[in-house]
Amino acid sequence: MYLWIWLLLFVLSTFSYLVDFFQFEGYLRWFLILLFMFLKAGFIIAIFMHMAWERLALRTAILVPPLALLVLIGLMWIEGDYTEVTRFLFFGLPSSG
Amino acid sequence: MTTTAPGFAEGTGWQGIVGDWSADKQAFGVPWGKAMMWIFLLSDTFIFSCFLTSYMKVRVSTTIPWPNPSEVFALTIGGQHLPLILIAIMTFVLISSSGTMAMAVNMGYRRDKKKTVALMLATAAFGAMFVGMQAFEWTKLIEEGVRPWGNPMGAPQFGACFFMITGFHGLHVSGGVIFLIVVANRVRTGFYDRKGNYDMVEITGLYWHFVDLVWVFIFAFFYLW
Repeated sequence: MYLWIWLLLFVLSTFSYLVDFFQFEGYLRWFLILLFMFLKAGFIIAIFMHMAWERLALRTAILVPPLALLVLIGLMWIEGDYTEVTRFLFFGLPSSG
Repeated sequence: MTTTAPGFAEGTGWQGIVGDWSADKQAFGVPWGKAMMWIFLLSDTFIFSCFLTSYMKVRVSTTIPWPNPSEVFALTIGGQHLPLILIAIMTFVLISSSGTMAMAVNMGYRRDKKKTVALMLATAAFGAMFVGMQAFEWTKLIEEGVRPWGNPMGAPQFGACFFMITGFHGLHVSGGVIFLIVVANRVRTGFYDRKGNYDMVEITGLYWHFVDLVWVFIFAFFYLW
């Protein structure tokens, strides 16, 4: 069964690479990158790392805390955007559009 | 495949969680080493997430455009300009190593010493290949003038992010290679037969899959984005 998942990981990686090869742009690019990334991560954690068969207590103890990172990512996204705007305004740079 | 160790409650689903956390001897019904490795991996997840999140923040906030990873990491092989080819190979190498590791854990369950050792060493070899390729990538970029404080291709923060993130990841891979060799050697000499269980093979596997996992995220966010 590991072999099937292994094969699947190769296939997903090839798809990930093709996103760049075929030069997808914009939201489609982001969506595909994230999709393949989460699929690969999910399979590695669930199957290779055996998480699918672990006790629920262990699963929640390990998988729930990283969700807090979504908050950090959201906050830092806003921060980065704010920094960029402030830099353009303060330094009087021409907008890159 | 849930284990039943003495001193903790039975039950599945939410009742199982309550039972586990209120048990008197141990919370999770897994070997101590395994629980500890998972907790370590959780902390390492946060560390790498901090790196990747700060990379995101930095990249979002640059006024000069970020270098295009497709171009920066392209190689010209045999006259063909191939974008991201080395990174693609590195990804395949790491996935292969995860495959051999999973098989090694399987062989460990069956107490097949020879195959376990062979597969763990194959995993280590793949890991070493990966680090070698990453080192090549580093020298190539350094030659092209990429420094933590600037580079000729775009935003000056690119180098700092690249070296920090891939450096820490490469360090983890290298540590993992050493870890694998040490444990493989212990399997070979029958250390775990004397100990009574092959848990360490699975624990090593957990660490190695984590290393692959981090690469999946780095690959997606740094190289593809």
